[in-house]
Amino acid sequence: ASPIPAPNPRPDIAYNKIFINNEWHDAVSKKTFPSINPATGEVICQVAEGAKADVDKAVKAAKAAFQLGSPWRRMDASQRGKLLNRLADLIERDRAYLAALETLDNGKPYAISYLVDLDMVVKCLRYFAGWSDKFHGKTIPLDGDFFCYTRLEPVGVCGQIIPWNFPLLMQAWKLGPALATGNVVVMKVAEQTPLSALYVASLIKEAGFPPGVVNIIPGYGPTAGAAIASHMDIDKVAFTGSTEVGHLIQKAAAESNLKRVTLELGGKSPNIIMSDADMDWAVDQAHFALFFNQGQCCCAGSRTYVQEDIYNEFVERSVEKAKARVVGNPFDFKTEQGPQVDEKQFKKILGYISTGQREGAKLLCGGNPAADRGYFIQPTVFGDVQDSMTIAREEVSAP
Amino acid sequence: MAALNGAVENGQPDKKVPPLPRPLRSLEVKYTKIFINNEWHESTSGKKFPTYNPSTLEKICDIEEGDKPDVDNAVEAARAAFQRGSPWRQMDAPSRGRLLHKLADLLERDRVILATLETMDTGKPFLQAYFIDLEGCIKTLRYYAGWADKIQGRTIPVDENFVCFTRHEPMGVCGAITPWNFPLLMLVWKMAPALCCGNTLVIKPAEQTPLTSLYVGSLIKEVGFPPGVVNIVPGYGPTAGAAISTHDSIDKIAFTGSTKVGKLIKEAASKSNLKRVTLELGGKNPCIVCADADLDLAVECAHQGVFFNQGQCCTAASRVFVEEQIYPEFVKRSVEFAKKRLVGDPFDARTEQGPQIDQKQFDKILELIESGKKEGAKLECGGLAIEDRGLFIKPTVFSEVTDNMRIAREEIFGPVQPIMKFKSIEEVIRRANSTEYGLTAAVFTKNLDIALTLASALQSGTVWINCYNALYAQAPFGGFKMSGNGREL
Repeated sequence: ASPIPAPNPRPDIAYNKIFINNEWHDAVSKKTFPSINPATGEVICQVAEGAKADVDKAVKAAKAAFQLGSPWRRMDASQRGKLLNRLADLIERDRAYLAALETLDNGKPYAISYLVDLDMVVKCLRYFAGWSDKFHGKTIPLDGDFFCYTRLEPVGVCGQIIPWNFPLLMQAWKLGPALATGNVVVMKVAEQTPLSALYVASLIKEAGFPPGVVNIIPGYGPTAGAAIASHMDIDKVAFTGSTEVGHLIQKAAAESNLKRVTLELGGKSPNIIMSDADMDWAVDQAHFALFFNQGQCCCAGSRTYVQEDIYNEFVERSVEKAKARVVGNPFDFKTEQGPQVDEKQFKKILGYISTGQREGAKLLCGGNPAADRGYFIQPTVFGDVQDSMTIAREEVSAP
Repeated sequence: MAALNGAVENGQPDKKVPPLPRPLRSLEVKYTKIFINNEWHESTSGKKFPTYNPSTLEKICDIEEGDKPDVDNAVEAARAAFQRGSPWRQMDAPSRGRLLHKLADLLERDRVILATLETMDTGKPFLQAYFIDLEGCIKTLRYYAGWADKIQGRTIPVDENFVCFTRHEPMGVCGAITPWNFPLLMLVWKMAPALCCGNTLVIKPAEQTPLTSLYVGSLIKEVGFPPGVVNIVPGYGPTAGAAISTHDSIDKIAFTGSTKVGKLIKEAASKSNLKRVTLELGGKNPCIVCADADLDLAVECAHQGVFFNQGQCCTAASRVFVEEQIYPEFVKRSVEFAKKRLVGDPFDARTEQGPQIDQKQFDKILELIESGKKEGAKLECGGLAIEDRGLFIKPTVFSEVTDNMRIAREEIFGPVQPIMKFKSIEEVIRRANSTEYGLTAAVFTKNLDIALTLASALQSGTVWINCYNALYAQAPFGGFKMSGNGREL
């Protein structure tokens, strides 16, 4: 395999505004908000702050792009697939730049952005490109003398609200299926990590998607996100994020126009290690399951259950592994763990660690900030955890 | 119904027409309690509520009134019946299918009893209850019986060295809230798919029409479904219904009813445990008649489409768009049909239209009729209640209706047919789609291009071409926009 290209740790930020109709707009309010580099706590740049007025503009553009007879509606299904493949090509072309931007905004190690996040983004888009002309309806043998068929049609204007833990990948997971099936999109990116998704918007224009098909709004949940969830002209909302906000999104959908809702929310996934497991592999996998992406995964294996005969050895080896985990500058190829995404998460995690200790769990390693600036936390292992403890019940989203 | 098949059954012509079934006079209502764990219970509160016969306005009997504590008991039973290792969970898929077939057999055995009860409770003509509602119930049960062991997952070629497969598993405890317009049929539409897939149920039938659902409870027990698999709690929406939609131990709720209540249900689900929600709600369904249509067919289908079931259908053809060249003739023939429609005692074999379900609906329909008159539509026939006859309304036709009138925008749910004029296909597409509803639509034309264009352009879950109300278990049913979320059948 070819080596990973060296990153530029100070990539130029070309796109920091609101993307509507394939054009860049300031916020209607002219407000901006800062995007922070979590490795240093410094501001990377200001980003246009979208809110309800900008969502309204985007929805109008999306609706127009979805009108019967529009270029997007008239486009062959296979051609939609070609555009998605073209987008995947452009992302591959700019892979190193995007990986660096992702690392700058989110803090995940560059080598992982490049090898894992970007790889999965490209594969996801290509997978859905292939599906675009294979959405079959059915002919159905009804009682009586009837000809009956179903035809799968795009839902319409899809509101998409994506999180900060895998900004590019979550964008691809939302865009791939929606565009393959012929929908139009109004997407709100997480305020902590807007930059990579906005760059992809420029590639969407370059690939040749008609104006209004994809619209991207950086902004906050209670303003831009809420405007999407309660918009009367949005046909469906897809949200990835916390269960707490998931409740609010479904409620808003119910109170407005009964838009369809899909939610990808939190988890507290059990990882069960039986005594006949291959010990090395189990320790390795359990470590990866929890610590990957700074612990910031909805599918983190955040409750490790170990069968009692092997408990002590497993814990000992897990602690060794955790102590050996390299925390540092995410642009450094030796780094395995970067900073947490922002100050709010950082403080919340330290709070959980102290609660864990207070409730009687045994702190076996870590437990403190790992550096003097930025939001780095030491890989932390607790032993003798009981099911009733807070750290065994609530989603901590931390290493 | 306009499913004009002729007397052909499974490819064999009928040799002779069997005699019409007769309703049971003085039928005793045996099941009036709450059904949990295959047993009959009184309400926790001791309260009861009455159910009325809308044809005579007399009380039929009192029913145990379920509320939150009863729902809690039902959910507990349903949850226990769903535990890993329970008889229901251990039962193999084909055996579930056998039970559904047996339930269909019992519905066939008790068809006259059930049709009689349904007519007593809803006022729909007995022969329609027998031949349409019960037929639909039996066929739907048998259709789902056949699916039970065909719920397949997939093996999937993922990247790298993994074996990846999907397995479709039952959701768990399903809450179902059913309406009063087709009580038995809507019960079966909820029960059959849920049981076919191995779920357990907590059902709240409409307070106006609990009788047939409770009777089916006795059949569930007779067939041999394990206790707790099906539980039925009669009661009111704001109490028993709300208890279901907010319950933290119910995994999914399926609701058929008004859009207004549908919103409350989805909101309750979101505030509680994010249970999955499917909704079948209202409609203001366009029926588009082009100048080249078979006019007799179109008039009859449009007539049955709006007047069937006393106008109380989510699929009612309540906006008839007629191309201007044939408008006067269409209106004239529709009025003839409406004037001929026989309104009367639903137990009389000649009756086509019974009473509306209750005073509240009756008042609402008359109010909308008045709005039609006030807003300038032309009243062609009907337009008022049948004097001294309780909840009966004369079949009503309005012409010269425009899109901004209330009768063109609001769901009437009564025997009222608003007929509008259109000039071009592009125009009628735009007007037909200008509604927050999107349940069904119909098109009458001989032109293939127009038929297929409209089928794609109309924002409706179902589009009927040269037919109406062709609803069968085999085809999915559900709405776009605010007519619902998800699909049934």
